[in-house]
Amino acid sequence: MSDNSVLLRVEDLHTWFELRRFGFFRIGHVRAVDGVNCVLGRGEAVAVVGESGCGKSTLARTILGLYTPTKGRIVFDGKVLDTKDDKAMQAYRAQVGYVQQDPFGALPPFMDVRRILDEPLVINGVKDPKERDARIRQALEDVRLTPVDDFLGKFPHQLSGGQQQRLVIARAIILKPKLIVADEPVSMLDASVRVEILQLLRRLQEAYGISIIYITHDLSTVRFFSERIFVMYGAKIIEQAKTRDLLDNPQHPYTRALLNAIPDPDPDNAHRFREVPGGEPPSLMNPPSGCRFHPRCPAIIRGKCDAQIPPDLELEPAHKVACWLYADNVQRESA
Amino acid sequence: MNWMRTNLKLLTSYPSALAGLVVILALVIMAVYAMVSMPLSEAINLWRAGEGIWQDTPRNAAPAWLNVFRREKLPVTQVYDTTQMPGSKTVESLGGGLKEIRVVFPVEYAYDGFPQEISVFTTAQFEQARPNLTMYWLTPDGREIPLGNETLRASESFRLSQDTRLSRRLRNQPAEIGLFADPGAPSPTVLKGTYQFVAEGIVFEDAADIDVKLVVYGQLHGLAGTDHRRRDIMVALLWGTPIALAMGFVAAVGATVSTMLIAAVGAWYGGWVDELIQRITEVHLILPILPILIMVGTLYNRSLVVIMGLFVLLSVFSGGIKTYRALFLQIKEAPYIEGARSYSASNMRIVFRYMVPRVLPVLIPQFVTLIPSFVFLEATLAVLGLGDPLLPTWGKVLWEAETNGALFNGHYYWVLAPSVLLLVTGLGFSMLGFTLDRVFNPRLRGL
Repeated sequence: MSDNSVLLRVEDLHTWFELRRFGFFRIGHVRAVDGVNCVLGRGEAVAVVGESGCGKSTLARTILGLYTPTKGRIVFDGKVLDTKDDKAMQAYRAQVGYVQQDPFGALPPFMDVRRILDEPLVINGVKDPKERDARIRQALEDVRLTPVDDFLGKFPHQLSGGQQQRLVIARAIILKPKLIVADEPVSMLDASVRVEILQLLRRLQEAYGISIIYITHDLSTVRFFSERIFVMYGAKIIEQAKTRDLLDNPQHPYTRALLNAIPDPDPDNAHRFREVPGGEPPSLMNPPSGCRFHPRCPAIIRGKCDAQIPPDLELEPAHKVACWLYADNVQRESA
Repeated sequence: MNWMRTNLKLLTSYPSALAGLVVILALVIMAVYAMVSMPLSEAINLWRAGEGIWQDTPRNAAPAWLNVFRREKLPVTQVYDTTQMPGSKTVESLGGGLKEIRVVFPVEYAYDGFPQEISVFTTAQFEQARPNLTMYWLTPDGREIPLGNETLRASESFRLSQDTRLSRRLRNQPAEIGLFADPGAPSPTVLKGTYQFVAEGIVFEDAADIDVKLVVYGQLHGLAGTDHRRRDIMVALLWGTPIALAMGFVAAVGATVSTMLIAAVGAWYGGWVDELIQRITEVHLILPILPILIMVGTLYNRSLVVIMGLFVLLSVFSGGIKTYRALFLQIKEAPYIEGARSYSASNMRIVFRYMVPRVLPVLIPQFVTLIPSFVFLEATLAVLGLGDPLLPTWGKVLWEAETNGALFNGHYYWVLAPSVLLLVTGLGFSMLGFTLDRVFNPRLRGL
């Protein structure tokens, strides 16, 4: 990808949380994000998938500037993010919108719609009340909360779940961001409104050229939504590829297992046993040596997978996988 | 705010809240009336003053409205003053600078009880020669009783009830009984009718003059009676209201709002800020507040401002911090706080605009129920002898009643009125506060 088409570049990102006993004895770290590299193009929608506790939400929050990375850097719009510079961080956060998982929890219950949308504008220095009003109305129209005047005075508890999530999206786009991070935006919604919300996000992405990082554990919505998929496991991205490519041709054993676990509405399934790797997700306090997946991997290469961390191998253009199984192929091709 | 409005509307559907509001409104009206009718300096002056100001009121008199419930009516105070009643004084010039001044007060007496005391106060204006005054008493049945013949100084007071010569003349009865008793009756009974007080004075200078005031002290006085220093207790009851309300309000604001804000700051910033606040709170929790207040009151200053200020300071780091902190720690993790951080809301903004509004439903009822507890605290301190030395407060009325053996002497009204006011204040605020709690915290509504 050429440099100008890149919006966000994440390089060797680590976000570790210190663990303390009695308030001051350090007893270790939770390595929630542990060496993530990825690139996001302008106007691109990317899905980050993985099971609970794999670090995908921490990655999202680090990208949002809510957590300070322990190591590594984030390059946004050609500039390296300086997490110590409050002003630069505020300017950066204004360009990144956040759509949260629980729409009701994400809205302050004591503020009405107008106030909720006004807050980001006030904080980020939009001083003219007329301009604020116009932008609030525009945002509400963008998320189809119309007629706008009916909604301005309402409180979150007076809205339905879908309307609440639309309001959260309106709040995320009101500062005209270049990137939206959506952390499981539909997992707490009714199945009937999920598609609407995803379509809305898609439409906004196309209308305003916003890039979207869509975090989910639900692969069935990914196909519909994103152009590329990052698969996370144990605080690392283990495979990234174009959506179709990844779904049709998964390479990493974990990705295969994940795809296998997608529920498929076929009556025959009742009599079929799905092959799912045993074991539990790795502890992020004390992660397995080598490949994080090796204790559960059906295709483990003893002496290699459990000893050395696999590098990102580019199997095809735009299809990277971190797995020792393909090390030989790639070397032969590149040789 | 909208939810406030709906909640307040809901409030009116609770009779207890309405009753509480009525009580509070009545107290506020009383406070406003006190402040409008009498400035604080005047109230303090009245309350500190001795006999000079309270010359015309009886000592330890019960409230006047008790007569409504009595078959035998007790007297209220009657004051006859030449300066107030122009027709009562006649001046006749005898020539050569000599003038005769004659004062006649018709005393209408239709009560069943005897007066408490009778006194005559005179003021005389002269340069050299002191005027002379002869006083006598005419009863309705035609008897004439001499009350004395005196040479006057500039101001004199004749306590007829303490005059032993007069008492001997009245068959060893004190003046207030002897002058009004029916001589034919076996036991002292009042002879009802119109008495006359006559004072005949002679002045020896052209510019000289005499003014006479006769006070027939009753056994009842005003709405609340009087205390041992003849002060009208109503002054303290009236002015005690704004003082109690203001103090309760200010102290409650100081204690709850500051406590809540400190808890919010501690919970949000965490780390050593939180640790420090927690440790200070724990030290404060074991400090004995009342002995400290007594110590300060005894050794340093007993003014209400100092004592209450100290109390508020001591209660800033009270157990409430723990309660609020628990709430804030929960609120802090709410997704909307994270959302606010994602659009760069500052720490202070998050604390004040995003966290504090969530605890207001808890704070407001607590605040309202706390107000009377501070009013009680003032009363407690006053009863312990740590009341403000200047201000008239309910607590000080109670303290003075107690130190002067009010209940032992049967002056129940002296204790009853301030106690009832304290109780009613507590009741009013509690009724409102508990109802607010039910409205703001709907989970309690079914209980």
